[in-house]
Amino acid sequence: MLNKSFEVVNQDYHNMGKVSSQIKKMLLQIGFDAKILRRIAVASYEAEINMVIHAYGGNILMNVDDEGLITLTFHDLGPGIPDLEKAMTPGWSTADEKARNLGFGAGMGLVNIKRVSDTFDIKTSPAGTILTLTFKGY
Amino acid sequence: MLAKDIIKILDAEPININTKHFLEKDYQFCFATDLMSDALAMISNDDGSTVLLTGCCNIQSLRTAEMLDLELIVYVRGKMLDIDNLDMTKEMRCNIFTTHYTMFDACGRLYAQGLKGVNVE
Repeated sequence: MLNKSFEVVNQDYHNMGKVSSQIKKMLLQIGFDAKILRRIAVASYEAEINMVIHAYGGNILMNVDDEGLITLTFHDLGPGIPDLEKAMTPGWSTADEKARNLGFGAGMGLVNIKRVSDTFDIKTSPAGTILTLTFKGY
Repeated sequence: MLAKDIIKILDAEPININTKHFLEKDYQFCFATDLMSDALAMISNDDGSTVLLTGCCNIQSLRTAEMLDLELIVYVRGKMLDIDNLDMTKEMRCNIFTTHYTMFDACGRLYAQGLKGVNVE
């Protein structure tokens, strides 16, 4: 039904969140409900922030199938997450001063993404991290 | 609590007003934070009836409001958006004010008049 790829630029703090804004607007045009859009937007925004702050940027792929299943795949260029268990712990963060000044680094990112997604899959290695989320649109 | 009452209680000045008739909109909840991840975590099931109080007056507070469909942000401690970010507000549904009160005082004034904190599971 719909396939779209977006580029996320490393350390581009000013445009951080722009892709998630585009994704939300595109899904709104398809006609998805505001509540599901809010969940998708929160997950996408948090993941996009992680890519900009921690993971050297990368790509976000959005797929919407005929049954209304929305799949977002975040493929970053970063060094991987050394300790995934710690990264999934509320309050744990490695964000730098600049990110904290922008209001991030609360250590809620991955926890929050998992909470609002219907499925959550993360694969990480020194070659990068691939986060795949799905949402039932209907 | 109506938006116009929140503004009056906080003695708040408008930075940007984008939604028609929003002064008559009823707000049930308030969330106060400088951490946008906390706002995203705590308000994500909201229906837009939450006012965000924050001292984080940068573009990411606007993006956070956009993701959550928030229609009212009040910046505390008299903070203002810079010109670049002000342009972005014109494309948004969000209404933005600034109050000279500190975060603590602003929260206290609203709480005393009956506005509630968001429900935390």
